[in-house]
Amino acid sequence: MERKIKVLVAKPGLDGHDRGAKVIASALSDAGMEVIYTGLHQTPEKIVKTAIDEDVDAVGLSILSGAHMTIFPKVLKLLKENKREDILLFGGGIIPKEDMEELEKMGVGKLFGPGSQTKEVIDYLRDWFEKNRK
Amino acid sequence: MDFENFLKKLKEKDRVTLSKVITLVDNETKEGVEFLKKFYKERKDSFRIGITGPPGVGKSTLLNKLIERFAKKYDSVSVVAVDPSSPFTGGAILGDRLRMENIYKFDNVYMRSVASRGSLGGLSSSTENILQVLEIFGTDVIFVETVGVGQSELDVMEITDLVIVTLVPESGDSIQAMKAGIMEIGDIFVINKSDREDAYRVSEYVKSILQMKYQDKELTPPVINVSAKNDTNIDELVSRIENLKEIFIQKGIIERKREIRRKKEVREILRDMFIKSIDRELKIIENKNDKDVSPYEISEKILKNIDFKSLEDIWKER
Repeated sequence: MERKIKVLVAKPGLDGHDRGAKVIASALSDAGMEVIYTGLHQTPEKIVKTAIDEDVDAVGLSILSGAHMTIFPKVLKLLKENKREDILLFGGGIIPKEDMEELEKMGVGKLFGPGSQTKEVIDYLRDWFEKNRK
Repeated sequence: MDFENFLKKLKEKDRVTLSKVITLVDNETKEGVEFLKKFYKERKDSFRIGITGPPGVGKSTLLNKLIERFAKKYDSVSVVAVDPSSPFTGGAILGDRLRMENIYKFDNVYMRSVASRGSLGGLSSSTENILQVLEIFGTDVIFVETVGVGQSELDVMEITDLVIVTLVPESGDSIQAMKAGIMEIGDIFVINKSDREDAYRVSEYVKSILQMKYQDKELTPPVINVSAKNDTNIDELVSRIENLKEIFIQKGIIERKREIRRKKEVREILRDMFIKSIDRELKIIENKNDKDVSPYEISEKILKNIDFKSLEDIWKER
């Protein structure tokens, strides 16, 4: 049987703008992926617990609150502590270019800013999956 | 693959390993099948509780409350929530975690979301295998949540020891239409959102239907009014579940259910083996120009020529 790409889409932090996360969740599902959607106000601990229990291939975080430099490294660290750094951490939101570069250096995957097409995200995930999980 | 190490880690309650083994069986891989074959005897007889009902009746919210009660009482509680896959794209959105805050509050609760994949609206064909992994892990109670539409009603009854059917006061009129399906599979009926009007009228109505159906008073499914949101009467529901469990054990009902389940599973696996093998035979016919030959005739011809030894090989190679 063809293996399905499993993605966790989560919305950490305090801002309540979950439209982006929802659009991505349904776009990925329409592209044939299995998406775990957990809704608003997720802590890094909850996100990592979910990622481990559901054994996802990738975790996508939508952050619009400006807390990206805190949340991404924290999730990355927790994944490592649980020996699941093989899970791809990627994301989207309002993130300045310098921060994007710094996060990518730390080991975060691609970050998608405003104006990104859902197809870019789908292609990115499929490509990553092909290279890392087959 | 180091199976013995996997088992050792499972017994140590390592969740990373548990999740990975579940993925192996969920994807119906060779390794997954080997694992289940090898460690089937390590299973513990976990108590399996099914929760079903029409969409929007609050199954996840109710389950969230039950998790809290059971997590305090038992060493290990698991939840398997099945959501439908799109028959067109194969994708799925699994959103049951949204309303299950309590899975994060208790470290002894494990939850897994499962997409129904190939099976139509019901449970995925791998659900039974996932439950077996959880039993090898040694969980005490497993909740299986599924949307109660069509075939899945029967599936959930076959795969669990006790079924809770969830309805709402507004279900009143539609119970008439549901009588044939959903009314026959419940061991306990819950009217959720009972803070609303008509809740007790509907529960009386459900009781009257059930009383006509069951002769044995002890086994007549209880009907309980609750409000999961307001946490009303949840303790009553929990004690009814425990009570019924005792009765089921005493009367040998659970034992009988498990026996039927094992037999059915063998049948399913055999059918699966045949279908996988027959698919190859079908590919051979598709190339021939036999559109005037009846499908019955083609099937009979294939049946005559099937080489069972090669079927076995195809299954092993898959």
